[in-house]
Amino acid sequence: MQDILRPESKVGIHGWGTYVPRYRLPMNEILRMWGWPPGQEKGLGMKEKAVAGLDEDSVTMGWEAALNAIKRAKVNPGKIGAVFFGTESKPYAVKPSATIIAEALGITPETMASDLEFACRAASEGLRSTIGLVASNMIEYGLVIGSDTAQSSPGDVLEFTASSGAVAYIIGSRKGSVAYFEGSYTYVTDTPDFWRRALAPYPKHGEGFTGEPAYFHHIEMSVKGLLEELGLRPSDFDYAVFHQPNGKFPLRVATRLGFPKEKVLPGLVTPEIGNTYNASALLGLARVLDTARPGERVLVAPFGSGAGSDAYSVVVTDVIEERKNLAPKFNDYLLRKKTIDYALYAKYRRLYISYY
Amino acid sequence: MTVEDLSVPAHWRRRLTYYRLVAGRCKKCGRLHYPPAPACPYCGSKDLELIEINNKGKLETYTIIYSAPGKSRGRAPIIVGVVNIEGLRIVSELTDIEPEELKTGIDVEPVLRRMDEDTNKGIIRYAIKFRPVLVPKSEERG
Ligand SMILES: [Zn+2]
Repeated sequence: MQDILRPESKVGIHGWGTYVPRYRLPMNEILRMWGWPPGQEKGLGMKEKAVAGLDEDSVTMGWEAALNAIKRAKVNPGKIGAVFFGTESKPYAVKPSATIIAEALGITPETMASDLEFACRAASEGLRSTIGLVASNMIEYGLVIGSDTAQSSPGDVLEFTASSGAVAYIIGSRKGSVAYFEGSYTYVTDTPDFWRRALAPYPKHGEGFTGEPAYFHHIEMSVKGLLEELGLRPSDFDYAVFHQPNGKFPLRVATRLGFPKEKVLPGLVTPEIGNTYNASALLGLARVLDTARPGERVLVAPFGSGAGSDAYSVVVTDVIEERKNLAPKFNDYLLRKKTIDYALYAKYRRLYISYY
Repeated sequence: MTVEDLSVPAHWRRRLTYYRLVAGRCKKCGRLHYPPAPACPYCGSKDLELIEINNKGKLETYTIIYSAPGKSRGRAPIIVGVVNIEGLRIVSELTDIEPEELKTGIDVEPVLRRMDEDTNKGIIRYAIKFRPVLVPKSEERG
């Protein structure tokens, strides 16, 4: 492995932060509402999903995840030179979300800031771009946020999984980082497995088509590409975190790539909170970092429909121990929950049409 | 903050106050006030500075608005509290709490939320609300 030539190896994670909204919708509420056969959710490996409150959106959730990441990084917000916001649920179709968060966190005005879109993979593109910006010394620190209040048509099978959550990372030089990158690899093609047209409220998806040619092909290619470039094998990793559109796909792709279940489960968050889209795999990584020990190596492979996947190898440093308790952990948010029924869910997701 | 139907420029001018809980501190008498005013509400001095007060506070009292007017109807019940942060009293909406969970004296912390929006075509007004402090529970489960 030619470490010196690899720009990723100069870059690391300085802080990580998560956010999961308080409300949870149990799967039996969806079964009851739409007449699904009993046990339909088991095929997806789902228990319940997180639901954003009425006053939340991808900006407010991304703000809290970013605040937690900044607390852990102990960085002066004014030193952050780029804010990339990955989402497919922008509050505004036109007007950056990144500037709202940057302003609220005191990062403005001397910073790059933009919203990225690539279905569930936009935040990961932001991460790879930020690695490049830091490695080239164009910026000292970058903030990458993945946040979504995922849309699903009422009654669509997508409703079992589409949920809300956010994750954020402060990226800086390898020196002083809690975990550094060993390498990264991207694989994209034009694959129409899932899309939402302009002004359409809900996405369309290709049912079976979302699996084999989309999710599995792209993740397998990105992970194999990364392992080959770094000369690593699945046994070299302590954890493997994949994009998690449901509770089953990540375990299946792990088996096919040669990663045992035990290495996947610590970063598998979807069964308990649903698919948080741009957060998903990066949220799984954050949960792993909440408890990871120095020296451990993590494989992370986000995926986005349309389609593409990135694979990263991340190695934890001993700085991580002093940072873990500087902000709430994923499990703190997970355990802070209030169960709601479908009627309240419909209100929070703005499914009712009121005339005042 | 509480609901105010501000114009786009008016909300924009006050965005730091709304987004970051920036308060005014009087250099003459030393007292804090929020939102920042042109003159100290206690001694009238105009020698003021702005400081950020993103700390935890205590809920002193609250009221529950069940009969929310106009477009706020959809947000009912709206809970408004008086939060005490180091002696500074802030009137603010509370979030992530239901009426039956309310109790004076609980610790609360500021979070950025959607305050209201100008129909589905206009501006979305973001501002700080307060919610019960997130208590770390994950240690118990390991
Ligand atoms: Zn005064």
